[in-house]
Amino acid sequence: MPKIAIDPITRIEGHLRIEAQIERGRVVDAWSSSTMFRGVEIILRGRDPRDAWVFTQRICGVCTTVHALASVRAVENALDIQIPDNARLVRNIIAGAQYVQDHVIHFYHLHALDWVDIVSALKADPVQTSELAQSISDWPKSSPAYFKGVQSRVQKFVDSGQLGIFGNAYWGHPAYALPPEANLMAVAHYLEALEWQKDIIRIHAILGGKNPHPQTYLVGGMATPLDPNAQQAINTIRIAQLKTLAEQARTFVNKVYIPDILAIASFYKDWAGLGAGVGNYLSYGDFPAAKDSNVASYWLPRGVILNKNIDEKPLPMSHEKVTEYVAHSWFRYSEGDQQALHPWRGETIPNYTGPQPPYEWLNTDSKYSWLKTPRYDDQPMEVGPLARMLIGYAAGQQRIQELVNAVLKQLGVGPAALFSTLGRTAARAIETALIAELLPQWIDELAANIASGNLAIHNSTKWSPANWPQEAVGWGSMEAPRGSLGHWVRIRDGKIVNYQAVVPTTWNGSPRDARDVRGPYEAALIDTPIADPEQPIEILRTIHSFDPCMACAVHLVDARGVEITRVKVQ
Amino acid sequence: MPARPLSLEERLAARGVSRRQFLKFCAAMSATLALPATFTPRIAKALNTAERLPVVWLEFQDCAGNTESFLRTESPGVADIVLEQISLEYHETIMAPAGHRAEHSLDAVVEHYPGQYIAIVEGSIPTANGGVYCTIGGRTALSIAQRVCSNALATIAVGACAWDGGLPAASPNPTGAVGVRQAVPGLKNLINLPGCPMNVINLTAIIVHYLTFKQLPATNEQGLPFFAYGQLIHNNCERRGHFDSGRFVERWGDEGHRLGWCLYKMGCKGPQTYSNCPAVGWNGTSYWPIGAGHGCVGCMSPRFWDTMSPFYERLPNVEGFGVEVTADTLGAIAVGAVAAAGAIHGVASAIRARRHPIAAHDGDEVLVEAAERVTQVVEQIAGPVRTAEAPFSETENAVAPEKSGDVDKDRPSTS
Repeated sequence: MPKIAIDPITRIEGHLRIEAQIERGRVVDAWSSSTMFRGVEIILRGRDPRDAWVFTQRICGVCTTVHALASVRAVENALDIQIPDNARLVRNIIAGAQYVQDHVIHFYHLHALDWVDIVSALKADPVQTSELAQSISDWPKSSPAYFKGVQSRVQKFVDSGQLGIFGNAYWGHPAYALPPEANLMAVAHYLEALEWQKDIIRIHAILGGKNPHPQTYLVGGMATPLDPNAQQAINTIRIAQLKTLAEQARTFVNKVYIPDILAIASFYKDWAGLGAGVGNYLSYGDFPAAKDSNVASYWLPRGVILNKNIDEKPLPMSHEKVTEYVAHSWFRYSEGDQQALHPWRGETIPNYTGPQPPYEWLNTDSKYSWLKTPRYDDQPMEVGPLARMLIGYAAGQQRIQELVNAVLKQLGVGPAALFSTLGRTAARAIETALIAELLPQWIDELAANIASGNLAIHNSTKWSPANWPQEAVGWGSMEAPRGSLGHWVRIRDGKIVNYQAVVPTTWNGSPRDARDVRGPYEAALIDTPIADPEQPIEILRTIHSFDPCMACAVHLVDARGVEITRVKVQ
Repeated sequence: MPARPLSLEERLAARGVSRRQFLKFCAAMSATLALPATFTPRIAKALNTAERLPVVWLEFQDCAGNTESFLRTESPGVADIVLEQISLEYHETIMAPAGHRAEHSLDAVVEHYPGQYIAIVEGSIPTANGGVYCTIGGRTALSIAQRVCSNALATIAVGACAWDGGLPAASPNPTGAVGVRQAVPGLKNLINLPGCPMNVINLTAIIVHYLTFKQLPATNEQGLPFFAYGQLIHNNCERRGHFDSGRFVERWGDEGHRLGWCLYKMGCKGPQTYSNCPAVGWNGTSYWPIGAGHGCVGCMSPRFWDTMSPFYERLPNVEGFGVEVTADTLGAIAVGAVAAAGAIHGVASAIRARRHPIAAHDGDEVLVEAAERVTQVVEQIAGPVRTAEAPFSETENAVAPEKSGDVDKDRPSTS
């Protein structure tokens, strides 16, 4: 029963710490803690609601821009503003590009090193690697010479003795299962994806001037003018650029990302039985297909699944059932910390009661995180690609069913395999394929609107606060790459009086609620095997499969909470 | 280990990057730094002989936006040069090891390379309540910054948050967030790259500058390098002609908006923001926020969350221009604006002259010209490299945009 410290867990966004207890080589309990707080909701009070998206977009620079969309939707909901069809399409394109780019980065640069042993790739035969690559895809960069070149580059890097970000890792760990040739293929694609992602995201530069944090949203529409006869608007040249980039994105997803996921997953099928978590899934849905943006037209359907029940239609979702606890969070509620508040009544009052730094351990019996604890109808919910694919599958969304079934068949597993660490990672790839198909379609729709003379991009009737009611409340949702994102706003006299964001990683990474019910990270880690307590790569696999939007730290403690060993450093 | 580390040029050659392309990159860097072309050979020599410089990247109250900007380092040539030129020892978002092994990577650099590594800081540093609003491994951001930055050869604060506290420090600053300058007072060799996020081309340029000249580029008293923050956006804005002629967007999506008229009345903060955005573009394109149709929010300006908001209200008074009056009086503006532009330039030159270790640039044209060349050269480097490997055969027949996009077509050619 060793106690080891992994602090921080890397390859995620932000700051998260997990303390976990292991017995007989398995995790028996875990606590998830965020160790960073900024107070954006407090900063928003008293500001112009039209500015809120600029502020909230900075909540995250990785899945950048998602908070912008949730924010403008919340204010539009409060003020009852309908956006033009072109704004719907531009928003879909920006969010869609974000999905495809972010999911590919997540797999190759944040998650793959949990499954891929870079050092093993040095032992690969480039000829066999080439055969492997060509057997799963007709991607042209698959010659023996190409893989030989990648291998030489990695060898030179290793020989330099300056391993940089690849130093001190878990290379050679017994939990790595890929043959050297598969490792070499994956390393090559790690490097290719690094180049690919910066090209694809130019879609944001064209539509929003830059990435991260594109600058083009407006309450009521978008600031991206459309005019085929203007030099500084979305014209023929920019449409052609968007189309080319979208096709490049789709090609890479279909010819590299999807084949890699299937190939790598086939060596890790035991992970289809690990890391399920709470078994409840929530999606607000997103990507409206109809001109009026109605919810029924969403490409990713809205709904709730309880207890892994995908045999029946998902339950309808009502945002009024969303609440947040602070029972184990470093906040207080003015009327007591045991209650749960809907975000329209939500409070953000920081109240740190943890240990004074530098500290070794948190007091997990009391408050232990800067995250609140969201609940839906008082139940913990997992959000993210797996939730969306399960809800789409159960709802009968045809293309999602086709893609999910194809992947299950390829891996030779049934639908139950989806409820797992592997299922989470596979669902992300399936979803990427779907969005990559839709991206060129939305660009075509936009071009068709422009061709028909429809250049409307903004509804300005309520741009001036003089046209607003004295009081208004609204909520806006979107599905971020990492999961369901909701913003709730109260407006009075043209100013924000309360603003609450409930973000995907709060759902997934939350501490226990007032009844001590675990959140999804905490639940998913239970029963995780730990082959080498000094190198707990298995914990990284499950935590990374959620694609956390914060940096984190993990502690493993034995049942008595006594430190036995610490990770040795060389 | 090899007897001699391969030079950068050799490493690139192994990857199919030609000497010509390499020299073009060096020219681009000298241009971004607003140095005369005669410096290009010096940069090439420095890059080819320099050891890989240890770099650690710290993240505190951040959103990883600057990390993402870093990952967008543009064009294969530039990305490879950055990755192969420096030795990035610690970066939580992308490093392979976790836990104590990760922390060891950081400790090893601080201990083994005292005064010889670059510390890059992203995110603000909370100081209220003993710093409990950001801890990593049980230690406060403040203590980590003090230890790591104090022992660095130089610290580069990337993004608005690391510069002056940024978003977390916006009123009422609930966590007592500050930038590196305040968190570690008296720090020598601190360079600030404000922006939300910073434009990575400027970070690359600083590293190249150091490797070439063994000193940091000239900055103003706030640590902002002149090559990137020496000019008003307004002076180089592609919509400037419309401003001078009194043509303003009045409503989002109106004819003026579609035709690219001036966004001043929609709240654009370009007239008070110093940045090379319009010159260097973003993400390897010629695009930037104003070009895409939204006003500047002033993200490179001091305390911009409070000083530049509300973002959709026009600047009350643009220094030297009297715009509040003249913007509403079409046609009456041109003469005054030209005269005022000269006055502003005079101020900028005076500031610039305060600290000037290297005789660099003189005159506005150099910077504009330099940045144009960067964009073009970056595209030229990117083109041949990608074509040689021809990965996107499926899309080759699609309508291909002109490689350089619509880079500054209305500007006179500089070649």
